[in-house]
Amino acid sequence: MTNLLRHHLFWPVAALVVLLVANTIARPSFLAITVRDGHLFGAPVDILRTTAPLLLVALGMTLVIATRGIDLSVGAVVAVSGAVALSHIASSPNPDSPVTVLTAVGLALALCVVLGVWNGFLVSVLGIQPIIATLILMTAGRGVAMLITGGMITTVNSEPFKVLGSGFWLGLPVAAVIAFGVFAVVAFVVRRTALGMLLEATGINPAASRLSGVRSKTLTWTVYTASGLFAGLAGLLISADTMAADANNAGLFIELDAILAVVIGGTALSGGKFNLSGTLVGALVIATLERTVTVLGISPLVTPLFMALVVIAVTLLQSPRMRERLTAAARRPVATTPPEPQPAARPDSTEVKAR
Amino acid sequence: MTTSAPARATRALKIPTRLDRRYLPVLGTFVVLALMLVLGGTRYENFLTPAVVSNLFINNAHLIVLAVGMTFVILTGGIDLSVGSVLALSTVVTAALLQAGLPPAVVIPLAVGAGTVIGLAHGVMVHYFQVQPFVATLAGMFFARGLCFLIAPESIAIENASFVELASWVQIFGGWRMSSSVLIALVVVGLGFLVLHFTRFGRTVYAIGGGEQSALLMGLPVARTKVLAYMVSGTCAGLGGLLFAMYSRSGYSLTGVAMELDAIAAVVIGGTLLTGGTGFVLGSVLGVLVLGLIQTIITFEGTLSSWWTKIVIGVLLLIFVALQRILTLRRT
Repeated sequence: MTNLLRHHLFWPVAALVVLLVANTIARPSFLAITVRDGHLFGAPVDILRTTAPLLLVALGMTLVIATRGIDLSVGAVVAVSGAVALSHIASSPNPDSPVTVLTAVGLALALCVVLGVWNGFLVSVLGIQPIIATLILMTAGRGVAMLITGGMITTVNSEPFKVLGSGFWLGLPVAAVIAFGVFAVVAFVVRRTALGMLLEATGINPAASRLSGVRSKTLTWTVYTASGLFAGLAGLLISADTMAADANNAGLFIELDAILAVVIGGTALSGGKFNLSGTLVGALVIATLERTVTVLGISPLVTPLFMALVVIAVTLLQSPRMRERLTAAARRPVATTPPEPQPAARPDSTEVKAR
Repeated sequence: MTTSAPARATRALKIPTRLDRRYLPVLGTFVVLALMLVLGGTRYENFLTPAVVSNLFINNAHLIVLAVGMTFVILTGGIDLSVGSVLALSTVVTAALLQAGLPPAVVIPLAVGAGTVIGLAHGVMVHYFQVQPFVATLAGMFFARGLCFLIAPESIAIENASFVELASWVQIFGGWRMSSSVLIALVVVGLGFLVLHFTRFGRTVYAIGGGEQSALLMGLPVARTKVLAYMVSGTCAGLGGLLFAMYSRSGYSLTGVAMELDAIAAVVIGGTLLTGGTGFVLGSVLGVLVLGLIQTIITFEGTLSSWWTKIVIGVLLLIFVALQRILTLRRT
């Protein structure tokens, strides 16, 4: 029981299960999946589709956070990516040709990689704190997106592009296939090679890892670039879903949702140990939460309040203090010796690693 | 505090007229502000007039108050993402309670107090539960925004006679205008300055930012000071909301979206390090004025679109951050 309680995925999965149960009670057919027109339909499939952009952004965010950084600019990058792709498609004579769409996707992703490289440059070469370095692009990025779209909401009609957002492949939503595919590849690369360990080393102690031969700078640069690329991909999925590039509102607050997903998943913002499976659960929790609000008939206006309560509950349950108390409470009955006095000195926050 | 003592000693040995390094970022902000004023003055007619400068203060009074509160939190090494939402909550509370017929004397403390309570909750979460400031105040941001919608999904106009009278109070000296909100903002700046530099609490704020462990080992009241810093920020956000309600004569749940970024940008441009321990309230005020002046110049330019504001703010942030980086590199 204690082992289960202490598992890093226990609270996030518990939150997800509670949400799903609440939904099923409110609407018994919630978990039902039906096949219609050769595609899977149903709330769970829909949740997978809406999770896709958030999952991509949160994936990049997890890697960045693992190196003790943070990337606030992802929302702006989402806006830039959509703006570039849709502007290119809108200005081309043949918006339905796959070549146009591929060029648009290529252009958008290339620009997002450049933005990621820029963030990485500021953080790893100039040594600027990640929160400010990415704040710059967060502020300026939306301005750039507005510049690209000319301050208007660009809308297009392009069948091949639309597939990205609302198409199906083998009965599954294309957006979800892309996001989960990228997630699987990254998880494989990070966990089946030494890369993940090197990232954690950089996050736990940049100086020591550099001295022991880890190329911290290159790694830091890489994760920001990856974060930019994934945010760009998320931007494509979002803009393909609405078929509109809204420089002001596309990906608004997605950086906060992504950071929440990472935190709910049990990765500490102080860097070091990270777990991608936690991020996946975290992203699912947030997407399900948004869905729950509509299923339970809560006014969308109070969604933030509801979100806040869930976030506060999960973060408090995960906080080191609360864990100490919970494990102490669970240990007490079996302890033969009187319980050890709680350590009086508070450990430094950087030493606390959520496990 | 510990870092400034040896710095002061070496300074005394060198040429005494030499400026303390700590003031350099603020001086940089001041130079930028002066340059922008000169640029505007030479480029446009009627730019350097009392009316324009007065308006700069009147339009940004709420942001000045937010930036003062934010400075306290950032000096301790934290951050407060909730100020924009708390500001909106305060405008909504003010408007809703006034509409319900309560007198301003009751409404104003309640609106400001709402901010204080949210700040207290942040402080408790950050200090006693060791939730990272970023996450704790992010939750607070959602919470306050949600409360706004719960209280009033629609915009509420403020028609209470005495509140409107308070809001439209204005003192005119020649071409200069001083509204009640500017007066309140300046009082807050003065108080913030006094508290940070002449009280034990203020010195402890700097000490925590310089090194929390050291502050703890020195026997300073770290817990109380940290919680208080978040309460100061929350109170300032509540007061900022009141000023915004006076300015817009309404309460609306969507005011102040992303205003926390403006406040953070102002504090950073004002020379405060986000790692904590270094910075001044007056620098943050200069930062707000720089942001406001960008807006004014773009309005005067006329042909520039409003999104240039965002790009210029981003570029300015970059310049200041790079400047700070060079300064800190040279120091070590």
